[in-house]
Amino acid sequence: MNRYPLWKYAILVIAALIGLLYTLPNFFGEAPAVQVASAKATLTVEADMAGRVEQILSQAGIKADLVQYEAGSVKARFADTETQLKAKDALTKALDPDPKDPSYIIALNLLPRTPTWMTRLHALPMARGLDLRGGVHFLLQVDMKAALTKKAETLASELRVLLHDKNIRHAGINREGNAVEVRFRDAEMQQRAQNLLADQFADLQWVASGEGTDLKLTGTLKPAAIRAVQDAAIKQNITTLHNRVNELGTNEPVIQQQGADRIVVELPGVQDPARAKDVIGRTATLEVRMVTAHDGFDPSGQVRDYDPAKIEEAQRGILPPRTELLKSTRGRRPDQLLVSKDIVFSGDDLTDAQPRQDSQDQGWVVSVTLNSRGAAAMKATTRDAVKRRMAVIMIEKGRQEVLTAPTIQSELSGQFQISGMANSREASDLALLMRAGSLAAPMEFIEERTIGPSLGADNITKGFDSVLYGFAAIALFMCAYYLLFGLFSTLALAFNLLLLVAVLSMLQATLTLPGIAAIALTLGMAIDANVLINERVREELRNGSSPQSAISAGYERAFATILDSNITTLIAGLALLAFGSGPVRGFAVVHCLGILTSMFSAVMFSRGLVNLWYGRQKKLKSVLIGQVWKPAAEPAAKA
Amino acid sequence: MEFFRIKRDIPFMRHALVFNIVSLLTFVAAVFFLATRGLNLSIEFTGGTVIEVQYPQAVDLHKVRAAIDGLGLGESQVQNFGTARDVLVRVPVHRGVKQSDVADKVFGALCKLESGAVTRREYVSEKGEAISKPACIAGTAEPVAFSRSELVGPSVGSELARDGALALLVTVIGIMIYLAFRFEWKFSVAAIVANLHDVVIILGFFAFFQWEFSLTVLAAVLAVLGYSVNESVVIFDRIREAFRKYRKMTTTEVIDHAITSTMSRTIITHGCTQMMVLSMLFFGGPTLHYFAVALTIGILFGIYSSVFVAAAIAMWLGVKREDLVKQGTGKPTDPNDPNAGAVV
Repeated sequence: MNRYPLWKYAILVIAALIGLLYTLPNFFGEAPAVQVASAKATLTVEADMAGRVEQILSQAGIKADLVQYEAGSVKARFADTETQLKAKDALTKALDPDPKDPSYIIALNLLPRTPTWMTRLHALPMARGLDLRGGVHFLLQVDMKAALTKKAETLASELRVLLHDKNIRHAGINREGNAVEVRFRDAEMQQRAQNLLADQFADLQWVASGEGTDLKLTGTLKPAAIRAVQDAAIKQNITTLHNRVNELGTNEPVIQQQGADRIVVELPGVQDPARAKDVIGRTATLEVRMVTAHDGFDPSGQVRDYDPAKIEEAQRGILPPRTELLKSTRGRRPDQLLVSKDIVFSGDDLTDAQPRQDSQDQGWVVSVTLNSRGAAAMKATTRDAVKRRMAVIMIEKGRQEVLTAPTIQSELSGQFQISGMANSREASDLALLMRAGSLAAPMEFIEERTIGPSLGADNITKGFDSVLYGFAAIALFMCAYYLLFGLFSTLALAFNLLLLVAVLSMLQATLTLPGIAAIALTLGMAIDANVLINERVREELRNGSSPQSAISAGYERAFATILDSNITTLIAGLALLAFGSGPVRGFAVVHCLGILTSMFSAVMFSRGLVNLWYGRQKKLKSVLIGQVWKPAAEPAAKA
Repeated sequence: MEFFRIKRDIPFMRHALVFNIVSLLTFVAAVFFLATRGLNLSIEFTGGTVIEVQYPQAVDLHKVRAAIDGLGLGESQVQNFGTARDVLVRVPVHRGVKQSDVADKVFGALCKLESGAVTRREYVSEKGEAISKPACIAGTAEPVAFSRSELVGPSVGSELARDGALALLVTVIGIMIYLAFRFEWKFSVAAIVANLHDVVIILGFFAFFQWEFSLTVLAAVLAVLGYSVNESVVIFDRIREAFRKYRKMTTTEVIDHAITSTMSRTIITHGCTQMMVLSMLFFGGPTLHYFAVALTIGILFGIYSSVFVAAAIAMWLGVKREDLVKQGTGKPTDPNDPNAGAVV
């Protein structure tokens, strides 16, 4: 009766092997590494960078254990810190020849020493939380009200263009909070506008009101549109944050959405919140200014201000007042531009920039939307500037870079397109860069945590020691009290620990100190199942059952109780998971998973061990479960 | 080895009244301290700033306190954290002070006190990780080192407090529904009253000693709630089985029998869990200290309340054989009966 079919043993063996495979990466530790990331918003590190890094290293005679490209940066791992420093010097020399204007950030870092074949199987070590490795943690609150206001502003300027195109006369367009208000003098216009707007501006809910000559159409954002705006705002802010955080050169930065309107930023290894905040909070600014002269070749000869002589003069240092010489390096025609210092509009006036495919010639364009101030300025400037060029300039860390310098084709206002993009990639890059100047919505720091590296190392030791000594105490006691069954219980508990760590590694959970505490506590609680079983087996033996049937009955009858007691614990764990945040969530995840793995290990694994040991002995006389005391006489009450 | 050699059922329920009075008194005392002293909530709930620094030798807290008070940041607390060399400064949210500057100001003041100056130090750790951190340098020595800081805005704090209360409520309701479904409403009420009484007592301890009540302690409290309810479940399972098996026993005798026969398992299980918790208490350091303390109180009172209080309340509520054993349905000893209940 106490024999498992082969497939059950197979399941146990497979579970143990998988457990081992996924637990092992946590023991390889970390090796020194060098990380190469972009230092400029206009430059992205692509996968081909890995090859370049490898080439530079081999030229310098440095052997890297691993060079890999991952999420916008290239990391190279080395055997020791000496090689790491040499590699950093070599890479800095090759990639950043000008130390005053570095294109790449080359930072010292740590990488897990996991063998490549394990990495391929996604057997990776658990990430350590900030409390275990040191670093800074920020919680940022995104001001959604501002995002919605900005959206309403955009819609209002689009609306103005549309009504003008369709020849609908109105008496003014206003933005009131998140609503757009259009006033009319006659009912016919109002009716026409309503039909048009309900169709073209489906994001808004349109309501007509007023009477006589004081008529109104009020559009408020629909709930679905509000959600879309908020999602887009969070996404854009996260993208912008990614670009900025890359500059800090930290390993594995975490930038995640939390809830509807919050962003978590975790930077391991950074101990200086002031500097991190400085980098995160900085905005690159965008300025659009008129080109007064350029040397770009133009086959049609229609583009104005083509004046190579003036550029040459400027190169010699003779500049007309209020202008400066900039180089346009992006795009297909690098050229020199003499740019006015007067700003037409800045990043603050830009409400949106999106890549789009032109409906007429299918070419890629960037569609730009300005607020009313930007629109007015654009209109005033472009009226007399058809066929002149204007430069879109990004200013970052005090350096100016011309993103593009298109030729003005007609009078423009709040909505226009920048055409001539080679492909969708170029269009989306330009749109992203233009937007990078501004966050979709302002953010505020509402939580900040800094943990020193020595404190982190200390916490790991403490957490590890708690689990180790607690486990040892339980193991000693169980073995002494239940003898062989105690040993089986201990092995089952160890198996539980193995599975729990494996599952956590598979899920790529972040291990924190509360998480380690949860592992300890879960192990302490999981032994309950084995105590229940062992006590039940003893009781069956006490009541005179044969050893084999006592084992069988013990396991089967204890199961219902184990299930019951685990469910109540699980309810508490799930409630914590649902409502907890930060450290409590980590605790809850480990706790819930631990309960599930313990059901498997305490019941099936320990039974497997018992069956393997005792199952084959047909004439089993006794089992080693510790002394089984039998009362001399049954108490009278137990009739 | 075997600890428990109990010959006959111990008449626990004869003393039920005494147990309940003891419980009531501790409960009332806990509520009294909660009401008069209140919980010493951590900044996670109240909002504020915490800065932990380490000195190379034990430091005079009075001196540190005077330096911090000089900053005019409101009612700050200065205390040792773990050892005499580690100092923890807690600064509440104070009107007129920009919260994000507080940590820098405090560290600056502590550094000045040791006649050092704060500079940024960039170095590479032994393992090869570049680290940049603010350091206090006086000559060549580092008289005070920054360990960690934490800043929580007031809005986040109140949200966490609300979420914590919600988590407790959902746990209680979830467990009650489960028990009512698995047993009967009387048991469900009894178990929840007994175990909430544990929660209130843990909170009472934290209020009386003014220990810091943090998010991790809250997690411990909820874990204890789930954990000690399963203690009650084991006993209730046994009560149901005894009702079925021993038709002649009175309700009181059945409860006594159930408690006596689960005694051994109760003590051993809790003993094992407690060993793990003690290990955290001794080796886990100051961060896990109150977590382990809350668990210890919870486990001790959990045994007491599930054994003595829950069963007694079920008895007062008038649990009858008929509540649990449906007349004339199937064989009561059928092992496949899902309601047969397990025994220990």
